[in-house]
Amino acid sequence: MTNYNILLAGFGGQGILFSGKVMANAGLVEGKEVSWLPSYGPEMRGGTANCSVCLSERAIGSPLVTTPDILVVMNQPSYEKYIDAVVPGGKVFIDSTLIQANCERTDIDIYEIPATQMAKQQDMSGLANIILMGKVLKETGFAATESVEAAIRKCVSARKAHLVDVNMQAIQLGMNC
Amino acid sequence: MTEKQAERVLMKGNEAMAEAAIQAGCRHFFGYPITPSTEIAAYMSKRMPKVGGTYLQAESEVAAINMVLGAAAAGVRVMTGSSSPGISLKSEGVSYLAGCDLPCVIINVQRGGPGLGGIQPSQADYWQATKAWGHGDFQILVYAPSTVQEMVNLMMEAFDKADEYRIPALMLVDGLLGQMMEPIAFPEKDLSTIPAKPWATNGHKHKREHNIVNSLCLKPDELEQQVIARFARYDIIKAKEAQAEEYLVDDADIVLVAFGATARTTRSAIDMAREKDIKAGMIRPITLWPFPEKVIQKAANTAQCFLSVEMSMGQMIDDIKLAINCTKPVHFYGRTGGMVPMPVDILGKIEELARGLK
Repeated sequence: MTNYNILLAGFGGQGILFSGKVMANAGLVEGKEVSWLPSYGPEMRGGTANCSVCLSERAIGSPLVTTPDILVVMNQPSYEKYIDAVVPGGKVFIDSTLIQANCERTDIDIYEIPATQMAKQQDMSGLANIILMGKVLKETGFAATESVEAAIRKCVSARKAHLVDVNMQAIQLGMNC
Repeated sequence: MTEKQAERVLMKGNEAMAEAAIQAGCRHFFGYPITPSTEIAAYMSKRMPKVGGTYLQAESEVAAINMVLGAAAAGVRVMTGSSSPGISLKSEGVSYLAGCDLPCVIINVQRGGPGLGGIQPSQADYWQATKAWGHGDFQILVYAPSTVQEMVNLMMEAFDKADEYRIPALMLVDGLLGQMMEPIAFPEKDLSTIPAKPWATNGHKHKREHNIVNSLCLKPDELEQQVIARFARYDIIKAKEAQAEEYLVDDADIVLVAFGATARTTRSAIDMAREKDIKAGMIRPITLWPFPEKVIQKAANTAQCFLSVEMSMGQMIDDIKLAINCTKPVHFYGRTGGMVPMPVDILGKIEELARGLK
């Protein structure tokens, strides 16, 4: 599969929009058509945030993803809101430190990763989103690892360039779990 | 337009339009922030000082549009941007700009209305943009891009056409296009072709007669002549500037008409319909005024019916009916208030119409 409709959702401040940007940029590095659409409005730290990312070989129609084939969720309300919207055969990535998953669906693959706990243990606080992305990368191969690294370099501001390495370590951590 | 893939960057629609304006020679921005258009002002506040331009956050939308009028009268490329409620506040100034024959570019990143409404995407300002954005006999150019790349390209074109015809130009987009990121490349823009503006009320050290830019004319016969002359210019614009994209129209029984973000989901719906052997196609107006009547007229020769898809209660239907002189049925599917018509829902309407044709 070379086309992906990805939905990322969680609390504001968890890096949901940043993860989406990295994924979109990784697609761009590989010359794909990509789109990134955030939820916008009265969101703030602690509120809900989500974003839609499309990676495609063809021009993208709707940038709004309502039936994802990849769902990444980082809080309970988002999990409950979107789990039934995932297309059959889709893959769901859950931060199991924060979410009690009780899904009865058998037509989708569910990956539970204690990303927030792993981040805390590895002194990578704030990188649970990137650990999850590492797992997404391993299970879906939405882009080459080098493309993701190039994308992270693009998305990290010059002021925070020293954080690229730890982001890549977080990707590796996610890929190895 | 040929953009090399290697040069593509990922940008939000709002920011891409702002950057395109700067690359088109715009050095003056006056505005007042409002969701979902705020990134335009935010981007300008960062970039304008770096290119020697002026960014000014006005005390209100009314003040901002009048600053646009002043700068346009002085002959510089100038713009403002807002979203629906703020756009309504600018309507007096837009009428004055039109009455003064002043070029400028305005962006409306539409949100749900009426009133303060919501902040999610909408196309319910179509009537306002194309029919009556202020008092008096006047029209403005209305561009309706549907990708971030097209937002860039049309932004540059809007400045050129506004200058060429001495008319305000509107970029009519919506919250979805404004907020989304897509890869874009900025085309080379040749600024040496910006026309001279001998009518501008700028400083001249007494080297010429002074110019007057004004919309007041108390003699009805003179005012009538002014308006008639302006409408003669509108006729030229109608003949030369209407633009539309056709998608699988030639053999289509059902021709959908959709613009902006809605054209994207409509295109997906058409692809789904074609897989089910339903002959559907799309005409995507790129300019809403002038409306691409000829393209739609031509389609009426082969289509059995039309379907207008909009994020409103159906504001474009009348223009389609006028274009085809009501020779074919014109149906409607839309969502409003900030809801986006999704491909599967549009497909449902296409299938319903297809069953009626058999």
